[in-house]
Parts: sequence; structure tokens; C-alpha cells
Amino acid sequence: MKALRNYIDKIKPQFEKGGKLEKFHSTFDAFETFLYVPKTVTFRGSHIRDTLDMKRTMIVVVIALIPALLFGMWNVGFQHFISLGETAGFWDQFWYGFLKVLPLIIVSYVVGLGIEFIFAQIRGHEVNEGYLVTGFLIPLIVPPDIPLWMLALSVVFAVIIGKEVFGGTGMNILNPALTARAFLFFAYPAEMSGDKVWIAEKADAFSGATPLGHLLVGDVDKLPSFSDMFYGFIPGSVGETSTLAILIGAIFLIATGIGSWRIMISTVAGGLVMGWIFNLFAINDYMAMPAYYHLVIGGFAFGAVFMATDPVTASQTGMGKYIYGFLIGVLAVIIRVANPAYPEGMMLAILLMNVFAPLIDHYIIQSNIKRRLKRVKIKAA
Amino acid sequence: MSAEVSPKEPLFSAKNKKLLAVPLNRENPITVQVLGICSALAVTVKLEPAVVMSISVIAVLAFANVIISLLRNTIAPRIRIIVQLVVIAALVILVDQILKAFAYEVSKQLSVFVGLIITNCIIMGRLEAFAMGNKPWPSFMDGIGNGAGYAWILIVVAFFRELLGSGTVWGLPVMEKVGIYNIGYTNNGLMILPPMALIIVGIIIWVQRSKNKELIED
Repeated sequence: MKALRNYIDKIKPQFEKGGKLEKFHSTFDAFETFLYVPKTVTFRGSHIRDTLDMKRTMIVVVIALIPALLFGMWNVGFQHFISLGETAGFWDQFWYGFLKVLPLIIVSYVVGLGIEFIFAQIRGHEVNEGYLVTGFLIPLIVPPDIPLWMLALSVVFAVIIGKEVFGGTGMNILNPALTARAFLFFAYPAEMSGDKVWIAEKADAFSGATPLGHLLVGDVDKLPSFSDMFYGFIPGSVGETSTLAILIGAIFLIATGIGSWRIMISTVAGGLVMGWIFNLFAINDYMAMPAYYHLVIGGFAFGAVFMATDPVTASQTGMGKYIYGFLIGVLAVIIRVANPAYPEGMMLAILLMNVFAPLIDHYIIQSNIKRRLKRVKIKAA
Repeated sequence: MSAEVSPKEPLFSAKNKKLLAVPLNRENPITVQVLGICSALAVTVKLEPAVVMSISVIAVLAFANVIISLLRNTIAPRIRIIVQLVVIAALVILVDQILKAFAYEVSKQLSVFVGLIITNCIIMGRLEAFAMGNKPWPSFMDGIGNGAGYAWILIVVAFFRELLGSGTVWGLPVMEKVGIYNIGYTNNGLMILPPMALIIVGIIIWVQRSKNKELIED
């Protein structure tokens, strides 16, 4: 490690102002701060700083995603061998899934970070860390067999149109990972929906319908058992199937204080409440399905824990977080049950609420100001 | 029309040429003034209807400008909007009938959008802003210029939407001829949906503003 530090210190002057590689300063800076805690100190105002800068925050989220990723890798192999009717050992299943998922991660990171670096160089600012998490999320929310060029295209779209045109990390209105998924969903519906895509290299005779797919055509009795869906032994996008693995990530995020428990809790509450309301009417089997089933089906859990809590696109005020999360849960269930064109409502619900988050914050702040002004007036009188 | 031009000024003087050229870039009706967005979304799925729509708008705009410019001293200010609307509506009906007679298929594709040229903000905008205060010949040039500024954006958007969304250019299966489907390429369904037209217009605005710094507002 010492040698690396020395090497970085040795080449550093070339990237400083006036050095011969000055153009690549932002690239150099990105690598240096990625490897070591930056030396920058405050020079006025408060002098005590948390060491938790944006890079560490992002790394915590990536660690929280690892249970879902590992389970997803295994599940890709597990579903593949089931569909073929073959039995395979644990490691065979895992290895198969590993080889399927690894290219997705590589493509996502290479393309996304490539664009980030190019924009940082052109605009002359530091490379933003936001993509560390986005690049990890994107492979987890696509089907395992998605063609790699489609994935690359969606990453390009998400990073440029979803993020860079608004000014880069921290300025985006929509969650970039979900923007990538929405792009794929609308641009290439054949590869992103239906019963054929959720199991890698599936045998034709085997029905690969996800639980949402069964529900869409009204086959509620064909649903896997609740425990299967909770543990995640079901076809689906790579990282979304296992509610258990996501729960582990959620506990980690809440314990470290990175993820907002307000949003997670209220999203779940919103989904449950809307599920119960549908239960009251129960016109068809889908509406009669127990409300808590919604929490383990499809991307609900993954969206609630990793997507809705994105600090940039969520509401910022405490009360706003409850409203924002609750409405995500409600909308996701409404879209699922009431609109057969979009079997997965979570993506659209979160994107929609991303757009409304600033509005929610605005009214929360206004009402706070009003309340306090009232207090001031009473005292004055 | 040209009879009204004062003998001192040639037909294509520098001033008149500017009327033609400025709307193409610096005062483009779509990308700078952000007018006429509605039809830019609606008719740009394919190249052919976009071109026909462009020609229709150029024709209506140029002649409406000329007619209003001829009438400008006789129109009472209070009723000028309704007079402008009557002129535009008459021209649009003419265009619609001509399309139905000579290009029936395209006119069916454009359907209601030919009629909606009446409400196109670009046309009312130019009549109010230019034709009411200028002579017929400059008004004609202004109409052609603004129509062309609208047209090139429409055609660029339609070209990309048709090429990437349907794999064709003017109905020719270009992508199939290239053989790109054999290596796993698929048409992009998002390109056919209206939001993509806005995103492409947005990208054109982005490119235009980064080339033309004076358009950047704070």
C-alpha cells in the first residue's frame, strides 16, 4: 500500500495546474480519492468534518446490494437448470449465473463510467461518484438474458439524458438506474416483458412467467408459495427476486444511516394500504389477493429499499419522505392491479414520484414557515 | 407582390436575406422560441408526413403573411385576430383539399394535424409580430424563412425517429438492407412514442446552444 501511495504522490505534480498532463486532472483526482481519503480540509467555518464523503456513502450502498447480487447470481443458474429439467449442484448453478451476470456489470460500469469521465474532462469538474451505485443497480433490475448492446444503450441514455443534461450527479430529477430500465422497457418491450425473458436460456416448453406474469392473465392459483417468493426462488430480474436478501441490505442501510427508513417504511405501508383497499372491493382474483403478497412480488421490495431511497431524487424533508414513500407504495399497487399494460408498477410509481418530490418538499417547507410565523406573532402579541 | 417593393431596394437585399436566414438558426421557431411543439411531436414518426407537413406549413405561413401584410392598413386593430384566423383557415382548407386530391395516403396519415395548422402558434406569431407591420415582400420572405426553420427541425427529428424506430428512411427498409438485424439489432420502440420527439428536439437545442453561445441565457 505504501508503494501505491508513493507512486501516486510521485506522479501527482504532472496533473496539477501547469503540469503536462493537466487535462486529465479530474481523472487522476477520481482515482486518487477513490483509493485514499482526500486530504482537503476546511479553511473557515466549522473545522470538524465527517469522514463520510460521497464515495464512502456510495460504497456502503454497494455493500448493501451484495446479498441481492449473490442471491441473484445463484437464482439465475437455479432457474435455468429447473427450466431444462436438469439437476445441478449449488456451485454449478452459481457459476452459471455468475457468468451470466458478470458481463452485465462490466458493460454497465465501463459504459457508464466512460461517459462520466468524458463529461468530467469536457466540463472540467471532478468525476462524480454517483455512478458507482447506479452502475451496480442497473444489472440487478434487468432480465439476465438482456443483449449487452441494449444494456449499453440504456446506460448511455440514462447517464446523458437522465443525468448529465441536468448538470450531473446531484442535479438529476429522475433516478438514473430506473431511467435506464424505463428506456429498455419502452424501447425493447420484447426483451423486457412477457414470459420468455426472465430465465436465462430457458427451454421452450417451460413456462417462464414471473408471479406478476401469472397475475396479469388472472392465474392467481398458479402463484408460487409465499415463502418461495419471499426467499426468491422465482424467475425475475437479476437482483429483485429475493425479498430476504433485500431485507438484509435494508437492515444494513438503516443501521449505517445511509438509507432513509422513513421512505422504506412508508412505501411498504402505502403498498399494504392500497392492497387492503383493493381487498375490500375484490372484484377479481388479483384484487382479492392478500395485500402482503404485493411486498414480495416483482420489484416492490427492491424498489422500496434501493430505488425510492435515492437521496438525490427523493424528498428531502422528514414529513415529505413519509408522503413520498406512501404515494410510491399506493401508486405501484394501483398500476399493477388496475393497468394490465404495465405488470410492474414499481418502476413507474417511483419515476412519477421522483418528479413530484420537489413539489412535496416545497409545500412541507411552506407549511413549516407558516406554523413558525404564527408562533412568532402570538409571542409578539 | 413584388410591385410594392420600393424601387431603391433590390429583391434579395441583405436585409431580406437576413429575414430568410435568421429563423433557420438564431431565431428558430422550434428550438429557440419553442413554438409549434405539438405538431413536431405528432407528425414526425415517419419522414414522409413530416416533409408534407413542412411544405404545408411553409405555404400557409408565406401566403398568410403576404395577405395579412396587404390588408394590414385596413384591418381594425380590435378585430385583427379574427381576420388573421379567417385568412389562415382559408389557406389551411386549400392545403387540405390539395393534399386530399393529390396525396390522399399522406393526407390520411396527417389526418387532423393539417387542420390543426390553424392553431399553430408559429403562424399566428409571425402574423402578429411581422406581417402586421411590414410590406408584403419582406413578409413573404419572413414566412418562408420561419416555415423553413420549422421544417428542418421537423425533418431531422422525423429522419432519426423513422430510422431508429422503424428501420426505414422514406419507407425504404435501410436497416434491413444493411443486414444489421442479422447480428441482433432491434428497432427502438421508444422512438415511435411521442416523448422521444421532445427528447430529440431537446438534443438539437443542446447542440445548437453549445455551438451558438449567444443563445445561452443565465
